[in-house]
Amino acid sequence: MTLNALVAICLSYVVFLFAVAFVAERWAMRGRVRWLRSPIVYTLSLSIYCTAWTFYGAVGAAARSGLEYLAIYLGPSLVMIGWWWAVRKLVRIGRSQRITSIADLISSRYGKSNLLAIGVTVLAVVGTTPYIALQLQSVTLSFEVFGRDAPGAGAGEPQRLTAFWVAVGLALFTGLFGTRNLDANERHHGVVMAIAVEAVVKLAALLSVGIFVVWGLSGGVAETLARIDASALGSWQADGGRWAGITFLSAAAFLCLPRIFQVLVVEAGDDAHLRTASWAFPAYLMLMSLFVVPIAVVGLDLMPAGANPDLFVLTVPLSQGQEGLAVLSFLGGFSSATSMVIVAAIALSTMVSNHIVMPIWLRVTGDGASVSGDVRHVVLTARRVSIGCVVMLGYLYYSVSGGGGALAEIGLVSFAGVAQVLPAMLGGIFWRGATRVGAVAGLSTGFAIWLWTLFLPSIGAGGVISPEILAEGPWGLGWLRPQALFGIAGMDPLLHAILWSMSLNALAFFTGSVASFPTPLERLQGAQFVNVFQHSAGPRSWTGGVAQTEDLMVMAQRILGAEDALALFAREARRQGVRGDLPDPSPDFLETLERELAGSVGAATAHAMVGQIVGGASVSVEDLMAVADESAQLLEYSARLEAQSAELSRTAAQLRDANRKLTRLSVQKDAFLSQISHELRTPMTSIRAFSEILRDGGTIGDGDQTRFASIIHDEAVRLTRLLDDLLDLSVLENGQVSLNLREGTLGALLDRAVAAASAGEGGATLRIRRDHAAEDVRLVTDLDRLTQVFINLVSNAGKYCDAQRPELHIRVGRAEGRLIVDFLDNGSGIAPEARDTIFEKFSRVADQKAGGAGLGLAICRQIMARLGGDIRYLPGRSGAAFRVELPHEVALAAQ
Amino acid sequence: MSAGPGRGAPLVFLERRTYRQRRLRDAARLLPVVGLFAWTVPLFWPTGPAGPTTSGALTYIFGVWVALVCAGALLSRRGATGEEGRGDPGGDAGP
Repeated sequence: MTLNALVAICLSYVVFLFAVAFVAERWAMRGRVRWLRSPIVYTLSLSIYCTAWTFYGAVGAAARSGLEYLAIYLGPSLVMIGWWWAVRKLVRIGRSQRITSIADLISSRYGKSNLLAIGVTVLAVVGTTPYIALQLQSVTLSFEVFGRDAPGAGAGEPQRLTAFWVAVGLALFTGLFGTRNLDANERHHGVVMAIAVEAVVKLAALLSVGIFVVWGLSGGVAETLARIDASALGSWQADGGRWAGITFLSAAAFLCLPRIFQVLVVEAGDDAHLRTASWAFPAYLMLMSLFVVPIAVVGLDLMPAGANPDLFVLTVPLSQGQEGLAVLSFLGGFSSATSMVIVAAIALSTMVSNHIVMPIWLRVTGDGASVSGDVRHVVLTARRVSIGCVVMLGYLYYSVSGGGGALAEIGLVSFAGVAQVLPAMLGGIFWRGATRVGAVAGLSTGFAIWLWTLFLPSIGAGGVISPEILAEGPWGLGWLRPQALFGIAGMDPLLHAILWSMSLNALAFFTGSVASFPTPLERLQGAQFVNVFQHSAGPRSWTGGVAQTEDLMVMAQRILGAEDALALFAREARRQGVRGDLPDPSPDFLETLERELAGSVGAATAHAMVGQIVGGASVSVEDLMAVADESAQLLEYSARLEAQSAELSRTAAQLRDANRKLTRLSVQKDAFLSQISHELRTPMTSIRAFSEILRDGGTIGDGDQTRFASIIHDEAVRLTRLLDDLLDLSVLENGQVSLNLREGTLGALLDRAVAAASAGEGGATLRIRRDHAAEDVRLVTDLDRLTQVFINLVSNAGKYCDAQRPELHIRVGRAEGRLIVDFLDNGSGIAPEARDTIFEKFSRVADQKAGGAGLGLAICRQIMARLGGDIRYLPGRSGAAFRVELPHEVALAAQ
Repeated sequence: MSAGPGRGAPLVFLERRTYRQRRLRDAARLLPVVGLFAWTVPLFWPTGPAGPTTSGALTYIFGVWVALVCAGALLSRRGATGEEGRGDPGGDAGP
């Protein structure tokens, strides 16, 4: 096989992948996502865990150190089988908080801190770059295997050229299909589909080689097992420490690797996907590792002593003349490498553009977030440039390092680096007490120790750390030797680094968290993350009313695009019940908007952008207190409303009363009109009749004449009195009366009143009880008017008291400095419904009874009002009870 | 509530199903612990010629693997059928 044929196969495979991605995107656009979103595709996309490192390197590791390679698969298997513990929660958080990357998760959990986001991003880039270099190296190496016999192929420049073109191709593919949509939460259907296909290809390739080795070369399962036991790998010789350490490390890395996080959390569908992946992915890993040992054993048998065991998957079929199988195997390795690079580039570019480029761009352009103009192209360009940079960084690392070292070791170094995120991540989702300070402390401690003990030494003896430092420690400080911290020498370097970096990382994280106090936003986010299953509502992080909806609209258009932004705002406006397309900037709305934006530019940037417009960039204690104040004000307001409504109902009741009173009065007035006309008519009739008799003369005796004349006189007097009363009342009501102030005693006034009333009615039947000592009060007032009131009350008692032996008790007393005179009789009193009208004009307690005009009490009330006092009916007595109150100065002035 | 002849009968059935659901979830939580334990066992094997052969070790490790996958598949299948139409069991107390 020539190199050109291989290149042709390779290119056609790449074209095939492009086609798969393109068709998948097309399907997705037509809405045929059912199949694209199936749990199987999700599970296969997880297989980017199996990179070229595991494809080629596992066999190499098995050939070098037995079954230890298995530990790399055991960790992720346990994590997925135990999905109920951590993965399910991560996925749920990722969906409810619209997490775009692992850096976004950490930053979002710890109060949307951009510092942490940048830290995790840097860590991820540093940890992933060697890994990308590793993929390029493996592809180059596999090319070299085929090209060894071909003319014109050599070491050096052509290798580098291969790596370069592979890198360019990968960057192109990723840029094309990895940045189709801005919202990182939307699935990259094309990429995911291509990765799923690649997962199938690499599994099929490895299984084919394995089947060929077991049944084709060894002659069956039993024979293969016997061959294994007879080989150099025949007995169990795994190092217990490394076994446990690598299992832990691979489990940690599975949760923390940016590319795994991308497919596991960011592109996750729902629980059903996870449910299937929980057993299907371990099954995939098992199949991937099933034939590793047989291939290694057979390779060690068949290949010459110096052969690179990392390439047995390729070289064993080739040595047996199975070119087709070898090409399939090559494609499997190629798939492993490319899928890893593609997803890693997407994940890293999202992080870099969201957490580094966008914040810088926002600051540098300095025009704030509310300027119009679509910035989506900026974000997309940033992401594409980041993809190019990330891939080229990998290429640079490859060409600088010259492709040295065993493949597996570079992979583990990278694992150990990204695993430093684990304490902050698990602490963040399970422990509400975890704080930003703790996370920063833990991450930086772990990162520093990892750099010093593992990463820098791994670059090689000629690299950053000189052999002297390695042996003696920096500045002769022996306890700082990179591979023997604190003087504990002789450990496996990897284990040594994991032990110290993870333990000190966790310790710093814990100590920092316990010793510091979280900001309000951190506490809100912490509650959101830890209790994600209890409440899925977002944190109330914005106090509304400050932001201008139009500014928000302008900003949202730049990130989401005009139509999506309009649709979002219209939807929110409908939800709020607001007319038009601009919703009120309520905290709810701001939070929704921020989450939408976070899907495109990450939580920290989205928070900052909304913050630019709303005002405060984060929730302060003052904000929280303002919210509390607001609710207190609401409570107060509702209490006020309640009071008002109570007052309203009281007023309504009063109005109803007034209405009743008016109705009754109107009825009474009608009755009175007929009464008064009757009253006026009766005397007039008798006057007319008797005067006609007198005028006509005739046989009338003197006695009769006198009697008729006196009847006419009496009736005229009655008429006059009636007219006087009416006149009196109208004068009093119009306020035209002038008071004639004189001095006198109360007792004398009452004497006069009782005498006058008794004389008028001739009623000796009414017994009057008085307390003369109490009545000795001197008054300065209009004595005649006051007497008029008293007369009225006494004569009323005489007229209306219906007791067997009518009795009137006149009681004098003082209350609150006012002089009070009570008139209490022993009758049945006034009916309750009549009490509020007795002081009105034309009001009479009972029709026809006692024949009064119903003006007396009305006049009394007017008089008392003139005198500055009052007259009231006292309820709650057995008989009728009137109270006359005289003002303070009337009584005092005389003393 | 579905139309059942007796009012009490469907309720008891549901409760029992919920109960079963919870225990399945417990089993799913326990499964990785069992796996971890089973895969830690090789640490105690003696190394070198005195220890088990590589083929024996391979058989053990892959046997555990297959068992875990089968158990996981079974649990998730059972859990899935039990949970259908009942919404997400979000209210459970997390770990």
